[in-house]
Amino acid sequence: MASREWRHTLRRLGVYMASITVGVAALVALHSFRNDVVRSIQEENRSLLGADARLSGSRPTPDSVQVMVDSLVALGADAARVTSLVSMALAEESGRTRLVQARGVEPGFPFYGAVVTDPPGLWDQLSAPSINVAARSADESPDARRDRRPPALVDPSLLAQLDMEVGQGLRLGTTEFQVVGTVDGLPTDIGFQTAVGPRVFVAFRDLGDTGLLARGSLARHHIYLRLPPSVDPDDLEEAREEFLRATDTGLRTPEEQARSLTRSADFLADFLGLVGLAALLLGGVGVGSAVAVYVRGKLDAVALLRCVGATRRQVFATYLLQAAAMGMLGSAAGVAGGLVVQRWLPGLIREVLPVPVASSVSPGSVAFGLFLGTWVAVVFALVPLLRVRKVSPLQALRHVAEAPSEIDPARWGAVAAVAVTVLALTLFEAPSPAAGLAFAVGLAAVAAVLWCVAWGLAWATRRFFPRRAAYTTRQGVANLFRPGNQTVAVTLALGFGVLVVGVIVQLQRNLVRELSFDQGPNGFNVLVFDVQPDQEDDVQVLLEGRAEGDPSPVPVVTTRIAAVKGRVVQDLLADSVRESRPPRWVLRQEHRATYRNELKANETVLAGDWWGDPPEGADDGASPPAAPVRVSLEEEIAEDLQVGVGDEIVWRIADVEYPSVVANIRDVDWAGFDANFLAVFEPGALEDAPRTSVVLARMPLEEARLAFQEALVRQHPNVSVLDLFTVRSTVDAILSRVVAAIRILAGLCTAAGLVVMAGSMASTRAQRRLEGALLRTLGARLRQVRWVLLSEYVALGALAALAGGVLSLAASWLLASSLFGISYQPAAGAAAALWLAVVGLVVLAGAVGGQGRSRAGPLTVLREAE
Amino acid sequence: MIEAQGLSRTFMSGGKPLEVLRGVDLKLEARAFAAIVGPSGSGKTTLLGLLAGLDRPTSGRVLLDGRDVHALTEDERARFRVNRIGFVFQTFHLLPTLTALENVLVPLELAGRDRLPGGGSARRRAAELLERVGLAGRATHYPVQLSGGERQRVALARAFANRPRILFADEPTGNLDAETGERVAALMEELNRDAGTTLVLVTHDLELASRAGRVIRLVGGRIA
Repeated sequence: MASREWRHTLRRLGVYMASITVGVAALVALHSFRNDVVRSIQEENRSLLGADARLSGSRPTPDSVQVMVDSLVALGADAARVTSLVSMALAEESGRTRLVQARGVEPGFPFYGAVVTDPPGLWDQLSAPSINVAARSADESPDARRDRRPPALVDPSLLAQLDMEVGQGLRLGTTEFQVVGTVDGLPTDIGFQTAVGPRVFVAFRDLGDTGLLARGSLARHHIYLRLPPSVDPDDLEEAREEFLRATDTGLRTPEEQARSLTRSADFLADFLGLVGLAALLLGGVGVGSAVAVYVRGKLDAVALLRCVGATRRQVFATYLLQAAAMGMLGSAAGVAGGLVVQRWLPGLIREVLPVPVASSVSPGSVAFGLFLGTWVAVVFALVPLLRVRKVSPLQALRHVAEAPSEIDPARWGAVAAVAVTVLALTLFEAPSPAAGLAFAVGLAAVAAVLWCVAWGLAWATRRFFPRRAAYTTRQGVANLFRPGNQTVAVTLALGFGVLVVGVIVQLQRNLVRELSFDQGPNGFNVLVFDVQPDQEDDVQVLLEGRAEGDPSPVPVVTTRIAAVKGRVVQDLLADSVRESRPPRWVLRQEHRATYRNELKANETVLAGDWWGDPPEGADDGASPPAAPVRVSLEEEIAEDLQVGVGDEIVWRIADVEYPSVVANIRDVDWAGFDANFLAVFEPGALEDAPRTSVVLARMPLEEARLAFQEALVRQHPNVSVLDLFTVRSTVDAILSRVVAAIRILAGLCTAAGLVVMAGSMASTRAQRRLEGALLRTLGARLRQVRWVLLSEYVALGALAALAGGVLSLAASWLLASSLFGISYQPAAGAAAALWLAVVGLVVLAGAVGGQGRSRAGPLTVLREAE
Repeated sequence: MIEAQGLSRTFMSGGKPLEVLRGVDLKLEARAFAAIVGPSGSGKTTLLGLLAGLDRPTSGRVLLDGRDVHALTEDERARFRVNRIGFVFQTFHLLPTLTALENVLVPLELAGRDRLPGGGSARRRAAELLERVGLAGRATHYPVQLSGGERQRVALARAFANRPRILFADEPTGNLDAETGERVAALMEELNRDAGTTLVLVTHDLELASRAGRVIRLVGGRIA
């Protein structure tokens, strides 16, 4: 019986299978892709680190660490040093400058994995013996000197940014390098990193010659090790833990590297999995509403089957089998689609992937997709299908408009099955049970709100649509409310897609606006940092006439924490109870602090008092040097350090300890291009400590900015300049890459919504055809019939886009203010564009799925319906 | 006046030609009341569709008031229908999303008639027509809220909205009980008489057919 009904069903409900297909495709693609990434990371884990172990520190390798390395080398290990630092690079020919990540590498690095250069094979030449600087004679010709420029390899993007070509000169510090080629692939780096700052690779000793390491720059010192088989990196970790902790040196093994990368891949897949799940559940809603319409049309047939002796159970099983078969077919198509997407994804987001990812079919994901799609189709079809059990055979003889409504316990069972399914799936897909629960609750809330909004909008449209509008328009809008319409279901499905896309677009716009620092109250657009005290005057001279206002240097002191509330850092670090000690990074990291007398406009004291002017006459320079200096801490670091007003912190600046007492806790508004500090000291105590300074300036003219940067880098290569334009393009680059991946999924949700809509159009196609034929018979011109259809589609799209759009504005406002903590401005243009696009898509989907015209004559259509 | 000359219509059915009408010649004077009768499959509805210009004949032609209907373009025929032809169907075919009054208004609105040539608004005319068929109190009801007889009376009011010269009816009483059918038939006759409309109806109801001035009997696609 089921198979005989099948052919008819397939044609009617084919589009609905597609709504399952989209969701299954998303999930299969994501799960398989995650497996690919995890497998690739595990296969490649040694080349991800480029070594068996890596030691890292923020200071040049201490002797004690060097002794350990030497002893390992004596055991047969290989070692290669890599130093990386942030510095200005100057293109000699174009005069353009940019902040870059300079890396000095020793031969041998990376021990595993190949570096791809253009032209090929240049990597090994980097570390080939070059001319000893000391051997250069002062009287050699400029040409000869040019030929002896040490080589550098750069990221391809740097060439464009500095307007230079391979073969030209690039200055880092005091050394002019010759760019010999580009690095197109380095196994240890994720392509993403170049967005932060393009990389320049030079030989290790050449980087030392630039003079950039001399002055307390922001450098990281790494030693990469290839260990002999006799040494296990994990043993190394255990044996040296104490020692490494004492020397501020971190050790990383490939397994750790792989674990950390796998964790982020897992997290990403889980997060995206939830979006895929939303698409699948949307498909479920689609199936449910399709089956409801289908069943309504089938009630007479069911009554007839019952008349000729079919039992309730047989009838119900017939239609349930159909739903399962539909779900399975839809899922199979979804699995196929998902496998295609899986192959296509790595190419699309190559830049954010840590390893080249090879796709392979994962049987688990395939089985999962097939099962899930079928299950969702059956569960969602159950509620409307239960109605066929209640059809009386009498209905075949006398048409009863509505089955008598009585409470059916099975119906509640079916509703519960839907709820349990949704909850189980979200818990399964989410990164944590709490997140899963939150997502399920959120989903239910969003669905409820969307349903209310959709219902309200539909009601208002019907109630308030102008009666004086042209008949064809009124008829189109009225069609949304034809018997058996699914206006609310479609608005829900499509609105959900619009909501997701809308939130992403709005958040992206607001983040870009926020991060572009445009409305910083001071209008600063250039930040000069690492200025040594003896360079301050020169910087001022260079700024004169170019910068507006009066840029003055802000002192910066680099410090570490030595003790908190009487406990020394080593003690705190050794504390194994995570809750009772501050996070490790806070204790280990260098902090940049300043001293000043005033509170800035973007700061608010939350607890304690800001110090006023130093009390006059209280001391005449006779204050005891050991008296603790007052310090103001930013709210979050105070929280991390678990300190409050009155607590003591000892700071270490260049091996001198400075006891301090927390005078107050500040809130800092970080928005704006400005110099903000976690720790601010009161003036008077740190003036003798080694310091650099930063200078903020306002230089609206681009030429002035470029000229200033070039002159500054030529005179003082150690000084770095950050230009708002560069920051903004960096932020844009990073955001656009992240957003690209998320957009694909948002698009998927919209696609699922559109499929549900096209399906709904298809299920009311017969009705629409009939109405078209009737209007034609009554004398409507073709144009009028088309206008009626167009009005219907436009009205539906407008409703859905409005419902989703209104919610997306509310949701993005909520997210912006609570999660991201940024001010929110609705991007009206983007919202309008999205709205128009959705209306356009709906008209298109309507034209494809709900075409009301028929090749048969109008009278034939009308007769067929009788 | 309606004139059919050598009207034939062949459909393709299962890959084979199926000749439904075979050379029908017919002439009906203005204000006539004609009933087309015949067994199922004899071509009654096909003939009606061709006469109304809803379908194209395989051969032959239809002249309405001397104009060859099938020489007109699709939209010209639509305009012709909206101005001169009314329809009544067996299953009423009201638009479910419109009220009774709005359904009656449809032809007027399709014709773009907000104000009528004789004065008065379209809305008033629709209301008068509903009153005429005895449904003044049901103007704001939707089709689902009306009984079968009431729906057919709304359909009748709609058919007469544009004061058509010809009314085509396809089994107008087929779905109604005897009493309601009688009432609808009487209404049609009355409107036919008062408005001077030509009435062509297809029916199985011999009682109804007997009231017509002319009975056209179709057998196997030919007039018997």
